[in-house]
Amino acid sequence: MAWNDTRPLSPHLQHYKLPFTALLSVAHRATGIVNSLAIVLLVLLIASAAGTPESHGFMSGIATSWFGKLVLFGFTLTLYYHMANGIRHLFWDVGRGFDVEVAKKSGKVCLVAAGVLSVITWLVALAA
Amino acid sequence: MAEFKLPANSIVKKNGKQFAAPAGATNTRRFKVYRYNPDSGENPRVDSFDVDMDNCGPMVLDAIIKIKSEMDSTLTFRRSCREGICGSCAMNIDGTNGLACTTAIADIEGDISIYPLPHQPIIKDLVSDLTNFYAQYASIEPWLKSDTPAPPDRERLQSPEDREMIDGAYECILCACCSTSCPSYWWNPDRYLGPAALLASYRWLVDSRDDATGERLDDLEDPFKLYRCHTIMNCAQVCPKGLNPAKAIAETKKMLVKRRL
Repeated sequence: MAWNDTRPLSPHLQHYKLPFTALLSVAHRATGIVNSLAIVLLVLLIASAAGTPESHGFMSGIATSWFGKLVLFGFTLTLYYHMANGIRHLFWDVGRGFDVEVAKKSGKVCLVAAGVLSVITWLVALAA
Repeated sequence: MAEFKLPANSIVKKNGKQFAAPAGATNTRRFKVYRYNPDSGENPRVDSFDVDMDNCGPMVLDAIIKIKSEMDSTLTFRRSCREGICGSCAMNIDGTNGLACTTAIADIEGDISIYPLPHQPIIKDLVSDLTNFYAQYASIEPWLKSDTPAPPDRERLQSPEDREMIDGAYECILCACCSTSCPSYWWNPDRYLGPAALLASYRWLVDSRDDATGERLDDLEDPFKLYRCHTIMNCAQVCPKGLNPAKAIAETKKMLVKRRL
């Protein structure tokens, strides 16, 4: 917003103490962006498999290195958090869970669910 | 596009003045207050006031009035009722929005920061220009629109159940705590109506005596006016009347979906 004199704009993001629910909202936006970038990596992996044995070996070598696994674990976390919080949004869309205390609790459930589902996924993947 | 940084003329400078407590005061609290003087041409700054709490009322507004009376008479702020019904003393206290008159000093730890409502043009000190906020309230046409004339001999009657529908929506005092706490409103103050105006809109949408529900919903069916709400929930957490604009916005979105089915 612009106005035609020299009045200052009062501090907002610089000063406001964002509550827990607002931080989760920012996290939802951030994980959404990270997930879209992760899809590009997934496409690279699949495209390399469709290429030569060398190209596939190169990409799977990166993906199965300790650093590659760390990055993939991070993407698992962001994917599960975004999914869990997406379900939280579906409840909101039907008008449920707007009480402030309920919204705080459902946010904690999303964080815990993201962590637990990621660990289970990786235990299954590493055991296979 | 959202502008996350403050413009150059709005950055708060560190060169604020220090006001010491009167000699002999043993129980003091430090208030860090945002100051802006339109006549000086200087950037805003934060002044520090050590207030004698043995000689001060319990609420933040008591301390601000004491500062103005005894320490710096140029401190400028709005206040009127001092009991949470006029909404004048809405400001950012300890990083969150609230009414100075109903916020207890004892509930805040450490130094008490007092800033104006966030992301508003500042006229002086804690006084922000709420012209845009009021224009948005006016834009939802906050009055009863009926196709039928009122009965000549009595009020328009409602059943108790219909009357209950506006509970939690009619109590708004238009203090602007909610709208100015909302990041979506910060990024799109000219296009997103904000929680206060949308709660007021909902108050008329669910009023059984109002016949303009369709036109009201038509007006809200817009990518920005209503749908910039992303359920961040800051509004419900700062409302000094304990209202829940986020819930009212969700119910409005549901009404828009329902009428298409």
